[in-house]
Amino acid sequence: MEFELTEDQETIQQMAKEFAEQKLAPTVEEREEQHVFDRGLVNEMCEAGFNGICFPEAYGGAGGDYLSYILAVEELSKVDDGMGITLSVNVSLCAGPIMAYGTEEQKQKYLRSIAEGAHVGAFGLTEPNAGTDAAAQQTVAKPEGDYYILNGNKIFITNGSEADTYVVFAMTDKTKGLRGISAFILEKGMPGFSFGKRESKMGGHTSITTELVFKDVKVPKENLLGKVGEGFKIAMTTLDAGRIGVAAQALGIADAAMNYAIKYSKERVQFGKPISSFQAIAFKIADMAMKIDAARFLVYRAACLKNAGKPFSKEAAMAKAYASDVAMEVTTDAVQVYGGYGYTTDYPVERLMRNAKITQIYEGTNEVQRMVISGALLR
Amino acid sequence: MAVIIDEEKCIGCGICETTCPFGAISLKNSKAVIGLACTQCGACVDVCPVGAISRVEVAQEVTMDKTQYKNVWVYIETVEGKIKNVSLELLGEGRKLADKMGQHLAGVLLGKNVESLSKDIFAAGADEVYLVEADELAHYNTDGYTTVVANLIQEYKPSVVLVGATNDGRDLGPRIASRIATGLTADCTGLAIDDETGLVAWTRPAFGGNIMATILCPEHRPQMGTVRPSVFKKPLLDYDRCGKIIRVKSTVKPEDIRTKLTDVVKVCTTCCNLEEAEIIVSGGRGLGKPENFKLVEDLAEVLGATVGASRAAVDAGWKPHMCQVGQTGKTVGPKIYIACGISGAVQHLVGMSSSDIIIAINRDKDAPIFQVANYGIVGDVLEVLPIMTEEFKKRKAC
Amino acid sequence: MEIVVCIKQVPDTTEVKIDPVTNTLIRQGVPSIVNPFDKNALEAALQLKDKYGARVTVISMGPPQAKAALKECLSMGADTAILVSDRAFGGADTLATSYTLAACIRKIGKVDVIFCGKQAIDGDTAQVGPETAEHLGIPQVTYVSNLDIKGDTAIVDRECEDGYEVIEVKMPVLMSVIKSAAFEPRFPTIKGKMKANRAEIAVWSAADVKADEKRIGLTGSPTKVSKIFSPPRRVQGILIAEPTAKESVTVLLDKLAEAKIV
Repeated sequence: MEFELTEDQETIQQMAKEFAEQKLAPTVEEREEQHVFDRGLVNEMCEAGFNGICFPEAYGGAGGDYLSYILAVEELSKVDDGMGITLSVNVSLCAGPIMAYGTEEQKQKYLRSIAEGAHVGAFGLTEPNAGTDAAAQQTVAKPEGDYYILNGNKIFITNGSEADTYVVFAMTDKTKGLRGISAFILEKGMPGFSFGKRESKMGGHTSITTELVFKDVKVPKENLLGKVGEGFKIAMTTLDAGRIGVAAQALGIADAAMNYAIKYSKERVQFGKPISSFQAIAFKIADMAMKIDAARFLVYRAACLKNAGKPFSKEAAMAKAYASDVAMEVTTDAVQVYGGYGYTTDYPVERLMRNAKITQIYEGTNEVQRMVISGALLR
Repeated sequence: MAVIIDEEKCIGCGICETTCPFGAISLKNSKAVIGLACTQCGACVDVCPVGAISRVEVAQEVTMDKTQYKNVWVYIETVEGKIKNVSLELLGEGRKLADKMGQHLAGVLLGKNVESLSKDIFAAGADEVYLVEADELAHYNTDGYTTVVANLIQEYKPSVVLVGATNDGRDLGPRIASRIATGLTADCTGLAIDDETGLVAWTRPAFGGNIMATILCPEHRPQMGTVRPSVFKKPLLDYDRCGKIIRVKSTVKPEDIRTKLTDVVKVCTTCCNLEEAEIIVSGGRGLGKPENFKLVEDLAEVLGATVGASRAAVDAGWKPHMCQVGQTGKTVGPKIYIACGISGAVQHLVGMSSSDIIIAINRDKDAPIFQVANYGIVGDVLEVLPIMTEEFKKRKAC
Repeated sequence: MEIVVCIKQVPDTTEVKIDPVTNTLIRQGVPSIVNPFDKNALEAALQLKDKYGARVTVISMGPPQAKAALKECLSMGADTAILVSDRAFGGADTLATSYTLAACIRKIGKVDVIFCGKQAIDGDTAQVGPETAEHLGIPQVTYVSNLDIKGDTAIVDRECEDGYEVIEVKMPVLMSVIKSAAFEPRFPTIKGKMKANRAEIAVWSAADVKADEKRIGLTGSPTKVSKIFSPPRRVQGILIAEPTAKESVTVLLDKLAEAKIV
């Protein structure tokens, strides 16, 4: 068991770090404050090849491994976690299922364009009445000749109106329950496919979350992803992989918060000493470091299992639940270390605390993660 | 010259390793070893506490009869029918070198219809002017000018040649040095005659201005150097002086010139001709936003000054590269240099430290710029600048 | 089209510090980078490659660790990298360096354009480009801020003190490039980085490039470093820090008037 990264993994991690520092850091606070989703920066991130890290060269990817991509999500998230989740959705939630379940034509058409950096992806599962109860799909897809006609809507979709390619789930046979759900690949611009409101959120303002609206959208039969009725399975296995990405995002946020806390504690002087010399603060930082490292190894382990083609569902759930809980704790503690200043928008930690919250909720709430873990153990 | 470490004396303390500007020394088995990056600069020789490092003369093949080479030449650069300041500055400095060597000073003047400028060259101290006029030399071009000057050098054998480090000077100097296979030292800030050897000692900044190096050209002639504008002061012009014009015919044919000048575009900005400016107001990253450069420009307007920028401001895209003052930009030597929101990194100081008076405005009292400024205001540049502009306007009006 | 870009690995001189006690350079911990102007030169080459399809070879004369700089250039999109390295090259000044680079380029064969960065941020001479062009007997254009190719001719913008000249020159030509907006270096790609990791960088010795031993390294260098010392410090002047900006400005202008400066 090796605890060292390979040369390729280090190269990609270093490159993500440089991209984050050179391209994202200069404007991230402004973009967060003004709620700007910078498509230009997203394009630069895609064109640098981050989308394609873990896909085969045959589909425009770099032929790297899953851990390399996770490292990239972590490094980007340390500076701009909105960019981190954009990357994660592109790769794990959109290109991922196409790679796993798509036909050769679908892969060449849709996977390639994301892997090569030309397109942004999105994943449309959640509906107003179908969150954790994902099977309660109300969007319907009715077969008609060479098409499926889609009607319904999806909410809380990351990348939303900015994506180009969408993996969308809909009910093709209500009578079959879970097994009546199918997956489809949609393109932006298909007639009848529009976007609803952009969510106004607590945090994560550099990423965009919108509603997807389908009104009699004609989706060609060739765009059915996988088999009819296979949709739920596709959704679940996709989310298994996606949660490692969210875990990496949470890891990045936590790491950034801890480093801010360390820096501040050395500069802030009270009672004639830097506050880092007080054990109350020093021990807080020790606890932060322990939690982050523990989370990190859970995340990396899940990524390695997935890469090796081994079952990883429980481990991915552990990584996501733990890393996101850690992110919430560490960012809260970081604000505490900053004291009154930490509560103001002049300092970066309140933003990290707000941003951390969503990682405990999306791509399967942490309650769902615990269901997966306990389910695996109590079988 | 080679630098050698006596292994027996070496105690492996590593001081030489830390001192080497080129990172050429490393410790292997507790002994210092000199690697491929060594330039024989000798910085390590002085710092070794046990005297284990020495420089050894390596015999060099002498192919040139150096005694044939005499006199100091200055390449005269012209713009719009006038001699550029830097050429006059070099004539002043060249006169001092020639006097110390007991030799003549000559100007080398190329162009078309430029003979009348000879009187200015004599007034600045020259004894001779080598004049080459031809249609092909009407505007600077690498091929024509290199051939003419190289031929002059080979014919008349000067011992020292000085060229202004302008864009054209830095295009021409190395081309000539390569053609006649001699040594050229770039961007000199100090010229002297080495008492021991009688050689010109060329002193120049390196490593972004962090160190100074003194260079010699012992075996090759002529000894060549480029010198940045405004490093030396213009000499007092004495129009009673006269000299000899040596007219030489150009052998350059039109087809010899491989570059064709098709257009000259003047970009009229407030940054024009920084090197000739008497007053410069410069802006840096402390301005915060590109829009705030207007405050710098307003002050410059009231003072009749030219606008400059630090590397940080240029890198951020607030001003074009031609406005940059510094090691990789322009070197300026105005009477007054006002640095606004500029921290004073070494690379910037190299570009403006020969200014007569430096005034700095920065909100950080520990900013390095205050180490070199004659007057410094510790304050917010965005507040101070408009007030300064107003005050100067008021006092001008009185 | 065949393009060669000459690059140099340099210490990041913007990060170099002076030891306040000994007044000497502290070089340790200073990262080695690709000379920034050379990145602009490489970008100019890659733009031609994108537009017209060209093979871009990066070359460098340096010690073995310069391979890292060449790899970075490969990750940006250069096709091949060659390191010219030999003990005999040690101590080379600009004349010997340019002779060596010219020998390397001659071995590469027919080249249409050679790009160099304006100056290296350690040597700061800006001489190697023009000297190399002279060794190769080809025309040069310095201070290039923009360019395009039409057929066998390069149309080049050359920065001058108050604007720029437009110059036409037939290839082969050597161009030294400044840090202009047109040549903002591109960010490397993931594929580029991974390809660079695996790349084999050829190392050519003095014998490989058929270099005359009298013209390389220390032996081939007409200039010698006689002394290295720290730059003299200017004497610190007067610091004005009144409670308000208006008061500070008044104090300053009074002092300037007193000293008859303005």
